[in-house]
Amino acid sequence: MNGRVKAPRLARGAALALVLTAIGGTGLAKDKKDDSPAVLAARDFDKNPYPSTYRAYPGVPTLIVGATVFDGEGGRIEKGQVLIRDGKIAAVAGPLADMDLPADVVRIDGTGKFVTPGIIDIHSHLGVYPSPSVEANSDGNEATAPTTPDVWAEHSVWPQDPGFSRAMANGGITTLEILPGSANLIGGRSVVLKNVYSRTVQGMKFPGAPYGLKMACGENPKRVYGSKGRMPSTRMGNFAVDRATWIKAREYRAKRDAGKLETRDLAMETLAGVLDGTILVQNHCYRADEMALVLDMAKEFGYHVSAFHHAVEAYKIGDLLKASDTCAAIWSDWWGFKMEAYDGIPENAGLLYKAGSCVVIHSDDENGIQRLNQEAAKAQGDARRIGIDIPDAQVIKWLTFNGAKAIGIDKFTGSLTPGKMGDVVLWNGNPLSVYSRPEKVWVDGALLFDSSNRKRRAVSDFELGQPGEGDVK
Amino acid sequence: MKRGLLFGAAPLALLLAAPALAQSIAITHAKLVIGDGNGPIGDATVLIQGGKVVAAGASVVVPAGVRTIDAGGRWVTPGLVVAVTDLGLVDVGAVDDSNDSAADKSLFSAALDVSAAINPDDLPIQVSRAGGVTRAAVAPLGTTSIFGGQGAIIDLGADPDAVTVPRAFQYVELGETGARRAGGSRAATYAVLFNALAEAKELTLAPAGPRRDDVLLTRRDAAALVPVVTGKQPLYVHVERASDIRMVLSLKREFPLLQLVIVGAAEGWMVAGELAKSGVPVLATPLTDLPNSFEQLGSTQSNVGRMKAAGVKVSLGDFGDQPRYAPQYAGTLVGLAKVPGASGLTWGQAFAAISSGPAEALGMGDRFGSLRPGRAGDVVIWDGDPLEVSSGVVRVFIDGTEQPLTNHQTRLRDRYSNPGEGDLPKAYEW
Repeated sequence: MNGRVKAPRLARGAALALVLTAIGGTGLAKDKKDDSPAVLAARDFDKNPYPSTYRAYPGVPTLIVGATVFDGEGGRIEKGQVLIRDGKIAAVAGPLADMDLPADVVRIDGTGKFVTPGIIDIHSHLGVYPSPSVEANSDGNEATAPTTPDVWAEHSVWPQDPGFSRAMANGGITTLEILPGSANLIGGRSVVLKNVYSRTVQGMKFPGAPYGLKMACGENPKRVYGSKGRMPSTRMGNFAVDRATWIKAREYRAKRDAGKLETRDLAMETLAGVLDGTILVQNHCYRADEMALVLDMAKEFGYHVSAFHHAVEAYKIGDLLKASDTCAAIWSDWWGFKMEAYDGIPENAGLLYKAGSCVVIHSDDENGIQRLNQEAAKAQGDARRIGIDIPDAQVIKWLTFNGAKAIGIDKFTGSLTPGKMGDVVLWNGNPLSVYSRPEKVWVDGALLFDSSNRKRRAVSDFELGQPGEGDVK
Repeated sequence: MKRGLLFGAAPLALLLAAPALAQSIAITHAKLVIGDGNGPIGDATVLIQGGKVVAAGASVVVPAGVRTIDAGGRWVTPGLVVAVTDLGLVDVGAVDDSNDSAADKSLFSAALDVSAAINPDDLPIQVSRAGGVTRAAVAPLGTTSIFGGQGAIIDLGADPDAVTVPRAFQYVELGETGARRAGGSRAATYAVLFNALAEAKELTLAPAGPRRDDVLLTRRDAAALVPVVTGKQPLYVHVERASDIRMVLSLKREFPLLQLVIVGAAEGWMVAGELAKSGVPVLATPLTDLPNSFEQLGSTQSNVGRMKAAGVKVSLGDFGDQPRYAPQYAGTLVGLAKVPGASGLTWGQAFAAISSGPAEALGMGDRFGSLRPGRAGDVVIWDGDPLEVSSGVVRVFIDGTEQPLTNHQTRLRDRYSNPGEGDLPKAYEW
């Protein structure tokens, strides 16, 4: 997407070269180039060392009939038919279409109900800031240096966070991006998860999802490090540190491409991945003027900002965001809690929509993630009151396809397109109403939440034997 | 005793002046919500005279000469009442100099009087007013003690007289937060509490006399607790855990005059029977459903519904810095009622839980919170079902006076409705 180039072949260097140099003590190994396949393979580090072990759980062929279907890409079908089969969306059609149904299909009457793709939250800290939110579990910010591109959120995710279950039961969340916090200018790699409990984080990792890089501008980095008496303590300091880091990353990448690396560097590997276009930048940034500067910085160093997160002032620069194909991931109307959130307005999403830019509704919160549908509906209402009428089906796109696009998984999920993952929510009413809730949620065709079946409600290890185990939440 | 504590009190006459400016108005053809727990009444009228509701219902006769507003079938409700917020204390939470909600370097605690810090012009008040919030209970201050000071009841009118009742209640932390402040254990919390109340009791015997030389509270702090221990001022207690709630209810054995209100109560459903029997009002955080701390392991969104069903006087409160979210939370609890196995609220109960319910918990049920005769003329006209998230506020009246709904946010909205620059920079568009 977005014309990103594929990763050039590869980094070398690694420990082997270092060892040779040390033993030889002559620097001989540096200059000697051995490009034989065996040596290349030995030097080539594993780019996916903690691979996803997620496998779709078994499902049965399921046909939902009679419901209003929002397909996630702006389409709406009344009394539609949605067929989930072999873990995939098999067909989506109107009421009269002939469906090729397997003999053992389970038919669900969706009359009066609504179907959407699984909801996606591209800004979550579940697992890295889990419940209970005690110091011992607080693993979201490596706030010991202003740039930590070497840390990976997946190494902090606690797969037993009770928050995952609430996100599914109340919010219909099937996919979420877990980000490091925003204390650092460069906070580290994100990880995209299927919202499916597992013994291990690898068992939750979304197969094939690209990594993201969390960056932050504005108040947080300068406050955290300024208060420690170190750079950055100002917004100009933020940019200086960022730019110095990108200069290093470009040098590293050039060296890598020339086959001249002598050792691995976790931080630089990640930044080079961003420059390659294989790791997507997710940039926490509130103010319009700062976003505009970040877009120029991205041009300066040759990367793309996939989405600005918490972009409360995005409405001021919808045109710039559209031109750079950068999404604005926003709350509907949370506002005023810090200086850089002072100009937040509830019409942010509506004005962005009018400008033709990409809107994503995000949570950044273990409670908000349970109500992204309500947040989107609030934004829709606030837009309507200033004369911007946005069809329900387009609003649903803010919670599904647009998020999938922003984190680079739109070819796998985010809409009810045949062949995509069977990530589906059946709502007991219009999801854009405060009165509606998920009734059933499928992930890759497996029914993992069913409001009428207690045992299809996940209970994390932490909650076993605790008050309210298995309770409605 | 209440006069001249740490901060000067506003003169009483000023506090009661607001209704004098109010007009008489009738809002007709309304889908009218009284706020008493019932659903809406179709094609109804609310009549306000002298700033107060005179009549509300389907067969109200509008006297000649009264200004009439035709609601055109729109929803008309009492203004929202939000209990336990920091409204009026904070411009921007993370800007310390603008934030009066923490007094953790103060030598005083229970004596602190929130009303002295209220700024009726602050932006959160304006934004909340535009969201239909007309009254609020403001508390507590973050102190080094378990006592958060004396809370105030305010209105959100665009006038200088925000404070309806100063020193309306005392606030105390008796859960994890209280334990931390008292010395690290709930055992310490209760030692501090019992000692403080005992020192207050001693003061009632000799208000101006010498005190023991081993007292721990300043005279002002002890004096501030006299109305608490004598039952003249309610004590708001923040607790979440079931066992903490039980402990709070047992305080009445030692101090029978205490007027308790429980705030938070995430595990209230686990002690709903005892709470109902006690008659103690509960201002519950509406949607807490995660074990965010070890004192709320039993959290569930069904908490409020279960307490309501058990007969607890429960309403919504204590949900932080965005009071205009009250209808969203109340509406969510209505939707919850449809989930198998869950307990929610009916529409009427849910609206009451953000209007008359909190007003009654504040002891103000006869002053505001509903459109029953005699209550303040606090009225909101909505463009849809007020509990539905896509609905918005059309007009707001407080004490019968129509309120401005423009603010920094609406001005930004108007300026950027066409984001491109014109012949002059944006800064000239105002």
